[in-house]
Amino acid sequence: MAEWIDACAKDDIDAEDVMRFDHGGKTYAIYRSPDGEFFATDGLCTHEKIHLAGGLVMDDIIECPKHNGRFNYKTGVAKGAPVCVNLATYPVRVQGDRVLIEI
Amino acid sequence: MNNIVIVGAGEAGGRAAIALRDGGYTGRLALIGEEVHAPYERPPLSKAAIVEPDEPRPTTISGGDRLGELDIERMTDVAVAAIERAERTLALSDGRRLGYDALILATGARARSLNLPGGEHALTLRSFEDAQRLRERIRAAERVIVIGGGLIGLELAAAARTLRREVTVLEADTRLLRRSTPEILASAVEARHVREGVEIAKGVRIERIDPRGRGFVVHSSLGSREADLVVGGIGALPRTELAVAAGLAVENGILVDAQLRTSDPDILAVGDCANFPHPLYPGRRMRLEAWRHAFASGAHAAQTLLGGDDAYAALPWFWSDQYDLTLQIVGLVEAGEAIVARELGDGATLLFHLDRDGRLVAAAGLGTIERIGKEIKLAERLIGRRASQSAAALADPGVNLKRLL
Repeated sequence: MAEWIDACAKDDIDAEDVMRFDHGGKTYAIYRSPDGEFFATDGLCTHEKIHLAGGLVMDDIIECPKHNGRFNYKTGVAKGAPVCVNLATYPVRVQGDRVLIEI
Repeated sequence: MNNIVIVGAGEAGGRAAIALRDGGYTGRLALIGEEVHAPYERPPLSKAAIVEPDEPRPTTISGGDRLGELDIERMTDVAVAAIERAERTLALSDGRRLGYDALILATGARARSLNLPGGEHALTLRSFEDAQRLRERIRAAERVIVIGGGLIGLELAAAARTLRREVTVLEADTRLLRRSTPEILASAVEARHVREGVEIAKGVRIERIDPRGRGFVVHSSLGSREADLVVGGIGALPRTELAVAAGLAVENGILVDAQLRTSDPDILAVGDCANFPHPLYPGRRMRLEAWRHAFASGAHAAQTLLGGDDAYAALPWFWSDQYDLTLQIVGLVEAGEAIVARELGDGATLLFHLDRDGRLVAAAGLGTIERIGKEIKLAERLIGRRASQSAAALADPGVNLKRLL
């Protein structure tokens, strides 16, 4: 049963950046796009299970800190080798100054 | 062009094949490899393949059976005996002959063997099967001697130590990682190994390796040391025999131009075996043994054959994992004249290498991936900008590198 979980404050994440959020034994990545929108994906790269929150956000793309794995964090789509498996994404809602994700 | 043959089915050769199909090439495409596996990623072989509890399996590039889906004719378990350039034909080890319109050489490198009595007793690492053998032998051993304190030697030392084996690293040079890594970071890597309980001896001259019982004795300037397993990690040599025999220009690898063409325009070379120029580092040539170069040069050769004229310009980049430390170096350290250090916390360090005009030409980071991953990626973009950088801003961890782009 999906539920909305309070993940962080809006101000916890800079524009064009990402942070890690752990909940219920799983790890997620929460993104703030350059124009201030929030997004959420699974927290681990589909290539070698590295935390994407240590990676670099440029525009719509998160690049895994370990290798060259790149994903569009808004859609989860893998952007080419070495990653070939897409990331799961999760709905996000902003309530006041809080960011909620539905998991 | 309707008949392309790729010799060498590692990351570079496999990537060239995939990129040719992705780029719209519909003609015949043959990929010749001596190994029985589909092209696989080699980086895990010195790391996860040794230490993970589960039996390793090759990690196929691009996952699954992408090559099968792309109508790529894989010829495994066969070698190329000769390139007959005048006839544009390959002679294969099983007697077959194979014509080509264009040929990509992705023959890779082989582990350098120890040229001393008993040197054949030292196991080396190159293939998946080598990794399987090392995995078994390390697990069966109590004491392991690693000859060579380069990246592969130190990764295998870290893997063996992680499995609680007694590990000694013997290095001929007076420091570790000379070819790849700035001294400050190499010293930090060494200190970590020592803290983990690895014995490291430098300036050691190995004399011979004798079998004794089920193990070995390594005789060196340090005296005689017994071990159940001896590992050799003293570098790799480009596999250029075919190119030399075919009369191609070869000097520390097969010489290629900016588009990765050899001295014969119908033949390209990629990956570990290629020696190439780089537009960011004029006046230099380089030969790299690293995953990104294999990947990117393979893809670039495909673009050249599909009619592209761009210079190959992927920045040199490699990583090494030892314990929970990641070492990442991007750019060309030797092109730098000054070093600026940025301390990232928890002992993590990023070194910026600047040329005499203050342009960033390389960055080297050591620490956990959480600390250094993003910074290295930003440094890479700064290197690509070729702009002069303020040393003060680079050194200040409070300055977001993204703001310097």
